[in-house]
Amino acid sequence: MACMHVCPTHAIRVRMRKATLLRDRCIDCGECVNACANAAVLPQTSSFRDFARFKHTIAIPSPVLYSQFGKDVPPWAILAALKRIGFNDSYDAACASESVSIAIQEYLDSVDSPRPLISPFCPAIVRLVQVRYPNLLEHLIPIESPMEIAAREAKRLAMKNRGLRESDIGVIYITPCPAKALAIKNPSRKKHSFVDGTIAISDIFPNVLQALPDVLTGETGSEILGLGLGWPIVGGQVACLKAEDCLSVGGLDHAVRIFEEIENGKLRDIQYVEVHSCPTACVGGSLTAENAYIARGRVLKMVQRFGGKPCQDREKIRELYRKNFFSLPGKIPPIPIQPLDSNVSKALGKLQQKQELYESLPKINCGACGSPTCETFAEDVVRNTADTDDCIFIAMKNFETLSANLLEKVMAHSKRVRVMNPASQL
Amino acid sequence: MSASFSRSFTIEGRDFLNAGRASTQIKTILKELSVDPAIIRRVAIASYEAEMNVVMYATRAKLKFTMSASAINLEIDDEGPGIPDITLAMQEGYSTATSQMRELGFGAGMGLPNMKKNSDEFVIESAVSKGTRLTMTIYIN
Ligand SMILES: Nc1ncnc2c1ncn2[C@@H]1O[C@H](COP(=O)(O)OP(=O)(O)OP(=O)(O)O)[C@@H](O)[C@H]1O
Ligand SMILES: [Mg+2]
Repeated sequence: MACMHVCPTHAIRVRMRKATLLRDRCIDCGECVNACANAAVLPQTSSFRDFARFKHTIAIPSPVLYSQFGKDVPPWAILAALKRIGFNDSYDAACASESVSIAIQEYLDSVDSPRPLISPFCPAIVRLVQVRYPNLLEHLIPIESPMEIAAREAKRLAMKNRGLRESDIGVIYITPCPAKALAIKNPSRKKHSFVDGTIAISDIFPNVLQALPDVLTGETGSEILGLGLGWPIVGGQVACLKAEDCLSVGGLDHAVRIFEEIENGKLRDIQYVEVHSCPTACVGGSLTAENAYIARGRVLKMVQRFGGKPCQDREKIRELYRKNFFSLPGKIPPIPIQPLDSNVSKALGKLQQKQELYESLPKINCGACGSPTCETFAEDVVRNTADTDDCIFIAMKNFETLSANLLEKVMAHSKRVRVMNPASQL
Repeated sequence: MSASFSRSFTIEGRDFLNAGRASTQIKTILKELSVDPAIIRRVAIASYEAEMNVVMYATRAKLKFTMSASAINLEIDDEGPGIPDITLAMQEGYSTATSQMRELGFGAGMGLPNMKKNSDEFVIESAVSKGTRLTMTIYIN
């Protein structure tokens, strides 16, 4: 039941004591995964075994992984540790974040589309827009995610340097959240992802931790540089941009408020909004190992240490941008909610019915009926997926009237019996 | 007789905390009915701007939303100071917003012109020291 109540889009119902998902409303945010006590909902990440089919595996950790260990563990050591625990190679994505930031800046400077532009890198946010804010799809900036850019580059390099075929190479993203894992399985657009699978940070954390001491004593590596290291925290993207008038938003509730305003025609003077479904952005993902605020502190420290020097040649990236290196292929389509009825007049009637039923409900959102709120229950009833009697308050009221009626009948009957049988009065 | 649905909201003047609630709920209803997003956007702008004007300038108002298979109607009836010169108020850029309201991002003098632009029928009536009444209709298809 906990999963039903935490779902921000009310996509879960409990029917016959089992949770069911209304797929068209789900935004893959992963809140239910966190809340589920009996692990009925499982994130769709994989384990090492699943990658045996590849000749060559490359781990691309979300830069969140760099914040999960002690404050003196540099990113290069974490990349090296990944090679010791079973991957053939590892590849950094923070540098790709820097490139993508440059591409965003180019886009802001050169394209005159409705403002503010919205970041498309949190898959739960993209789905929220698809499901609830189709009006804002044209605000999503059509630039590929650092994850995809890094995966494509890693594959290209492995093919070039090792003479491998693309199908021999498995790119595994080490993810901080189920949303990324789900996004690879159900991409927002029908397109090919360069990522072949995901493993949760929390699953791989113990192995990396164990491998780190040997790496730190026995190896040296070149530092990972640039402001891309700051991407996993709220404000990390905006810090990479030159544009003023940008916003950074963390948390679905705040995202919804900002989206409502944009839909109402406000915030036109804002250039770019960085939006994360997690309140603390990616360091707060549900598949991480470290406390989000400790991780955030480490990210800030890393940015301080390594952020000063860029990792990319800006001019080269701008050149790539002009060659559409960063362009998101295809349009992100809306995911419309099933209307109450395909016939508008009938739908309006059902809406009226729903409103009337809602007025008669206790409005305490107890969830005992199997719908998360009284409002969703009223909707479910008019959609014929729930029965009015499923509400225990209505059932109780019905029972009261029923028993009162019954009592009346019994009384009337006994009166009649008495009249027919005068002897009974004795 | 064709089916219709209606719902009323009350809006309190000065209540910046709840400002925008009515338009948010109207949008939710329209999305539930799978109304064309372009129409939702027009209704959103019209209802939000009307709601904000009540919050900023009037005492209170009733907003009535009505939808039929062919049109969406918004009726905002407020108690308040009224508008002495409607032609002037309808001009783009005309605003009597205080500096405080401007600080909050209002007062561009675009609300009324945008309401008119986004509706197919727009009627404004006002009586000084009584109130203002707006009627806006947006056709579906
Ligand atoms: N309901 C109302 N009651 C009293 N006066 C109003 C009302 N609505 C508008 N006005 C007057 O008309 C002016 C113009 O309104 P309009 O909505 O076009 O612009 P604004 O509210 O000043 O700025 P913006 O809507 O761009 O934030 C207002 O400044 C105000 O003086
Ligand atoms: Mg206004």
